[in-house]
Amino acid sequence: MADDPIISVRGLVNRFGTHTVHDGLDLDVRRGEIIGIVGGSGTGKSVLLRAVVGLLKPAEGQITVFGESVRDTSAADYRRLRRRWGVMFQDGALFSSLNVQQNVEAPMREQLDLSDETREALAAIKVRMVGLPDHALQKMPSELSGGMRKRAGFARAIALDPEIVFLDEPTAGLDPIGAAAFDTLTAQLRRALGLTVFLVTHDLDSLHAICDRIAVLAEGRVLATGTMAEMQDVDHPWVQAYFKGPRARAAIAQKETL
Amino acid sequence: MNKRDPGAMTQTNRPQISLSDGVFVLQGDLLIGTIEDLNMSQGVAQTIDLSGVGQFDTAGAWAVVRLERRLQAAGITPQIVGASALQQDLLATLRQHMPEDDTVAVVSVSLSDRLEQLGRKTAAALREMLSMVGFLGRVVATIGGLILRPGRIRWTAIVHHMQQVGLNAVPIVSLMAFLIGVVLAFQGAAQLRQFGAEVFVVDLIAISILRELGILLTAIIVAGRSGSAFTAAIGSMKMREEIDAMRTLGLDPIEVLVAPRVIALILMLPVLGIIANFAGLLGGAIMSWIELGVSPGVFQSRLVSNTGVWHFGVGLIKAPFFALIIGIVGCFEGMQVGGDAESLGRLTSTSVVLSIFLVIAADAMFSIFFAIMGV
Ligand SMILES: Nc1ncnc2c1ncn2[C@@H]1O[C@H](COP(=O)(O)OP(=O)(O)OP(=O)(O)O)[C@@H](O)[C@H]1O
Ligand SMILES: [Mg+2]
Repeated sequence: MADDPIISVRGLVNRFGTHTVHDGLDLDVRRGEIIGIVGGSGTGKSVLLRAVVGLLKPAEGQITVFGESVRDTSAADYRRLRRRWGVMFQDGALFSSLNVQQNVEAPMREQLDLSDETREALAAIKVRMVGLPDHALQKMPSELSGGMRKRAGFARAIALDPEIVFLDEPTAGLDPIGAAAFDTLTAQLRRALGLTVFLVTHDLDSLHAICDRIAVLAEGRVLATGTMAEMQDVDHPWVQAYFKGPRARAAIAQKETL
Repeated sequence: MNKRDPGAMTQTNRPQISLSDGVFVLQGDLLIGTIEDLNMSQGVAQTIDLSGVGQFDTAGAWAVVRLERRLQAAGITPQIVGASALQQDLLATLRQHMPEDDTVAVVSVSLSDRLEQLGRKTAAALREMLSMVGFLGRVVATIGGLILRPGRIRWTAIVHHMQQVGLNAVPIVSLMAFLIGVVLAFQGAAQLRQFGAEVFVVDLIAISILRELGILLTAIIVAGRSGSAFTAAIGSMKMREEIDAMRTLGLDPIEVLVAPRVIALILMLPVLGIIANFAGLLGGAIMSWIELGVSPGVFQSRLVSNTGVWHFGVGLIKAPFFALIIGIVGCFEGMQVGGDAESLGRLTSTSVVLSIFLVIAADAMFSIFFAIMGV
């Protein structure tokens, strides 16, 4: 049971008109791991994420999460499933008419019957956990910087202590210190909450620092999966360029000096 | 490990707390959905025992840390025993991030606060009026500049907007005017018949439609249709920082976005007004024929002999002014949109209400002006 993948994607095909984004994509995510999804811009990382959380109906293929098919589940089952994961979108996707606190409270309000006091206290903790200052609680999303919006989006994603969090480029647009703090936070919460993290990222430092495995998307498929070290040996020009480029070397060097 | 098994959320053990021999014993699953059942606000003890706890999440940790804080406040330094390494980690995270005092300040609103709000709102409304006038000036100056240098005029955009605000509005505008003509003939006939003055229905219809109703109702429909579209289009560009991007590229948003829309409206509203006039007269003529037996021939000759062409002119003169009002208000409100979707919706409705109001106010001024001038 424990070895069953928590997310399993088989033969996924996604099309927009005549443009095929995914062409028979297979991917397994194990319980409790942080998997990093990498790939060039436009290779369909965000589309894959949307398909896994059921926002987008694939043309073909099977997606199961927690052993249940996301594609053909009933509305009630889907609602139950949805409660067990949290999603952070590429640019936060905060509700613009609610302040940060209300944004973080929104999932609790929808899913649970909590007293106002508990909800406010828990939301405040989640906001602090993602490293936002207290005065950010009352701010509207339009008054936040891009990085702060991401953090608030992360706080909303973990509001219900989900089992899986999907993060779409959480560290893009953060300063290096903030990005490292975000990585630490993700790793810490993973340990403390037993999270599985589906991390779409271009950040080589994050890949080094916290990902257990990496899946490379290219040509509509998962080209390779494995640890950072295994990626060095994959024989594909894009993978070579990505993991052996100057930035990758810098990230490795930095890790070794730590 | 507190990794949860697949059925985790569905089968939970209710949490329990008991106090025995100076030890708080917690049992069951301490989760976000269940911790509120626990009564942790009573009793004191030296030790908190977590060894019986199953699943444990942030909310559970929060409850435990809160208990710990309460005991500390009572002068005790409680010990937490029986927590797994992961649970301790989570507790440490919580201790680090929990605000010192958990209470949320309640803000009360006093009378002076309300007065202050009223003052601020009034001042803001005045400021907005002023900046709208400023915007009007900038648009007029830009259009003036364009007339001096016609090479910069964006004809494609103007033609596109002329189609949007003009051509596409023809069906609704003519249907509306036709129905107004019908209503006027019908109501007028009922009254005029009492005096045996049925034939004056032609004057009634002609003067009211040509002078007032044709252009006024057209302007109202265009305000609802195109004014709101201007606000929404420009507002969503503002929201996605497109306007800022334009400025950095050296493009003047007023010249690129506002001027073509305003020019298209100024050109098309008179045309729509003429169409509305004809449709209204047609509706009136048909209804007079059916209801009063005024034949189209009689209607036409009476129209030509009794209604001065000046009535038509008075109506039409107002059209460009109404167009300017609708265009300026629609574009100005669009430029006011901030970063959030809510302001877009609010300002779109403000734009429609304000432009209709200003159109009617301007119409009243015109009436007074024409009365004084005796036309
Ligand atoms: N709603 C849509 N309609 C049409 N095409 C789409 C849509 N959403 C995505 N695509 C296309 O699918 C492809 C993959 O997009 P996706 O957003 O997944 O890229 P990505 O891998 O997340 O890139 P990035 O790293 O830049 O975020 C792109 O070619 C995009 O044009
Ligand atoms: Mg993306």
